[in-house]
Amino acid sequence: MAQLSVIERLEILADAAKYDASCASSGTAKKNSIGGKGIGSTEGMGICHAYAPDGRCISLLKILLTNHCIFDCHYCINRKSSNVRRAKFTPQEVADLTISFYRRNYIEGLFLSSGIVKSSDHTMEQMIETARILREEYDFRGYIHLKTIPEADPQLTYRAGLYADRVSINVELPTDAGLTRLAPDKNSRQIEGAMGGVKDSIAEAKDARKRFRHAPRFAPAGQSTQMIVGADAASDADIVGKASRLYDSFGLRRVYYSAFSPIPDASAVLPLKRPPLIREHRLYQSDWLMRFYGYNPGEVMQATGDDGNLPLDIDPKLAWALKFRESFPLDVNRAPREMLLRVPGLGVRAVNQIIAARRHRTLRLDDVGKLTVSVTKVRPFIIAADWRPTTLTDRADLRSLLAPKQEQLELFAA
Amino acid sequence: MIPAQRIRADTRYVIQLPEPDDFGFWRERARALVQCDVPPDRIAWVEPGGSGDLFGRSDLRVPSPPADAPQIRVSRRFLQLAKNAALHSDPERFALLYRLLWRHQTNGRVMEDKADNDVRRLEDLDRSVRRDSHKMHAFVRFRVVEDEGVEGSGDEHYVAWFEPDHHIVRANAGFFVRRFANMKWSILTPRLSLHWDGEIMREGPAAERGDAPAGDPAEDLWRKYYASIFNPARLKVGAMLKEMPRKYWKNMPEAALIPELVAGAQQRESTMVDAGTLEFEERPETLAAIDKAIHACRKCPIGELDNHAVMGEGPLGAALMIVGEQPGDQEDQSGRPFVGPAGQLLDVHLERAGLDRDKAYVTNTVKHFKYVQRGKRRLHQSPNAKEIDTCRWWVESERAIVQPKLVLAMGASAARGMLGKTVSITKARGTPQMLEDGSELWITAHPSYLLRLDGEAREKQERLFDADLAAVAQRLAEMADS
Repeated sequence: MAQLSVIERLEILADAAKYDASCASSGTAKKNSIGGKGIGSTEGMGICHAYAPDGRCISLLKILLTNHCIFDCHYCINRKSSNVRRAKFTPQEVADLTISFYRRNYIEGLFLSSGIVKSSDHTMEQMIETARILREEYDFRGYIHLKTIPEADPQLTYRAGLYADRVSINVELPTDAGLTRLAPDKNSRQIEGAMGGVKDSIAEAKDARKRFRHAPRFAPAGQSTQMIVGADAASDADIVGKASRLYDSFGLRRVYYSAFSPIPDASAVLPLKRPPLIREHRLYQSDWLMRFYGYNPGEVMQATGDDGNLPLDIDPKLAWALKFRESFPLDVNRAPREMLLRVPGLGVRAVNQIIAARRHRTLRLDDVGKLTVSVTKVRPFIIAADWRPTTLTDRADLRSLLAPKQEQLELFAA
Repeated sequence: MIPAQRIRADTRYVIQLPEPDDFGFWRERARALVQCDVPPDRIAWVEPGGSGDLFGRSDLRVPSPPADAPQIRVSRRFLQLAKNAALHSDPERFALLYRLLWRHQTNGRVMEDKADNDVRRLEDLDRSVRRDSHKMHAFVRFRVVEDEGVEGSGDEHYVAWFEPDHHIVRANAGFFVRRFANMKWSILTPRLSLHWDGEIMREGPAAERGDAPAGDPAEDLWRKYYASIFNPARLKVGAMLKEMPRKYWKNMPEAALIPELVAGAQQRESTMVDAGTLEFEERPETLAAIDKAIHACRKCPIGELDNHAVMGEGPLGAALMIVGEQPGDQEDQSGRPFVGPAGQLLDVHLERAGLDRDKAYVTNTVKHFKYVQRGKRRLHQSPNAKEIDTCRWWVESERAIVQPKLVLAMGASAARGMLGKTVSITKARGTPQMLEDGSELWITAHPSYLLRLDGEAREKQERLFDADLAAVAQRLAEMADS
């Protein structure tokens, strides 16, 4: 077979990487290129250098080293039995491409993943070599995210963390049964074991840096994972439960959800209809509720319907509020912060502003309106100096009053 | 300067700023004016190019505060926001800043009143300046100047053209220095230009778009990346426009592709699905529907042969489901599973184990007979992994409807059909596995395997087969009791 050109291989290997949801480049240690020989900086906040028409941020050069794979995971376009065009890059080629893009300010860095060639260890070594060339030969100080392979030697995962800002290991599916069925070569205990190992290395490196200024950093932007939604029968309650266990046990920065999307040459085990994209959106909202709004996983699960799934027509916070109407209305001039955070339509920013502003004046509905996006959504759940929702929370049709119109939903479903 | 004592109560001041983003200049003048007790409505702040004669009769000199002037009160939050807000292109910004500074003197916590109109305006200005800076960090696109050094040699020159909304260029020079410290670069804008040579920053006059290079050799690669990383199955144009408004597009090489990508998305998605050859929509809800559908199934090459689909048979709700490999010659002709030699052998062993075939649901992993024609005979061919995986859809649908408590998979093909992976019969037999729906899977050899053996080997395998069936019978009895 004739060797494909760099641009042809970039097309194949970027196309194969697009199913990874994460493109974050934030939350790492501050670095810059002053005083060095190369380029690159990270200043805490990630930067999205472009947005694709799918609405997703393009922050990193997100590619696979190769899409050859000896594994046969049914949901994956690169599985052994899939009939896709295959290509591979050398570590040097990926490093050169990264630098060439970085110099033109197209990207924040590299997100490297790979199919498994020869063995997990061999593949992992190739990925580490890419990161090593960037860090040592180019003195690259931008962002590197390595998707590590749970089946590889823990020593290799450790080396990856020394070069990378973030490492991630995908749990792939929310249930063990789903994993056994759809990813026969993977094993959930091995995946979680690897995540545990990364967690320990991060903690050790942090601890060492407290005592020795020059102790090596290990994945300063932490670790994350990704779960595929809608490829197996797991309900939203299962997924939320799994995510919160992962956050607790492995100190993850993020759990990404990827709505299963049709892949070319799909395996027959996956003859599924695409789950509505809005489902992925609702899961992210529930993730936010747990991370920023003080909900515990049990409370998010209370917002699910009888089938264990979050309602698609309204957001999980509103769903929870409608189920627990007796907790409302809340007085914006008196209620504690943690309760105000439960008012549908009030974000963290709005709540902080309400708390600050009410020290200076007694808030009227008009004042609340200035601090929120839509006072109509908030109104039924709050009391202000000049406002009391007399019967609103008792109305049976409150849900339909507050749910967005159906036409709007269709936009998401596209 | 005029001593403060002699400031007349109606004197008006016009303060000319040397640069539109000179916050330090504003801060110094504002401090003096507050100390001299000059209220906001008697000051006009004028930036370069603005009209200076708002009041007609006015004083351009700033009064010097008395020696015993009170300390200026200001909150940290105000200073934070003011530094950014001063970069906004709103001509009223300096007046707003002064008004808030003035109000600080009587209410040191004015910034906390988030519902106040001045405070909200200041926060809005700060937010749009921060957004503009952030977009500059993101959307500046460098192009290498041809004929000026070789890429990677360190002496090539990178030039960008950028059009910010506010006076942010100077304030953001540091970001680009920290990032591209060892690169020679210039950022040209309609307000001013920045030039970094690896050591020193120089400022130049306003530039035009034509001053920057028109293209770059890496842009083809970048455009290819942009088009490939986009997932056409999830078009969300609104979300893209919110973060990357059209006004930035003209200076981003990849943006030219957007209309084409959006238009082609639907097409690409359906191609992606079609390329999978499999487009099963809903699971069939009845066995009759499966029966009908498998006769029309051409999802794999076996369906194209001259044969007939063979449906499973047995009672709905059977506790035991027996799964074989595929119909043979006789099954194909009769349209019923396990009626040929292997079926007859199976019947013997089932009876020996005390299992009633009529109470079990008997079916095959692959629904059509795969064969090669040898003269008049059709020789059995094992289905390959891909064909088994394709046909799994049907046997799984049958299982979902029949809902057996125990599945007996006979042979490697049946085991793959149930598990989705290839297992060794020798290792897997004798120990049940839990399937996703809670039922138990038992794996054993296929009776046709016994038919191919003779002598001692056959006796040994028959014993193992009987042992497996006996274990299944015992397990079924236990299940029935509990």
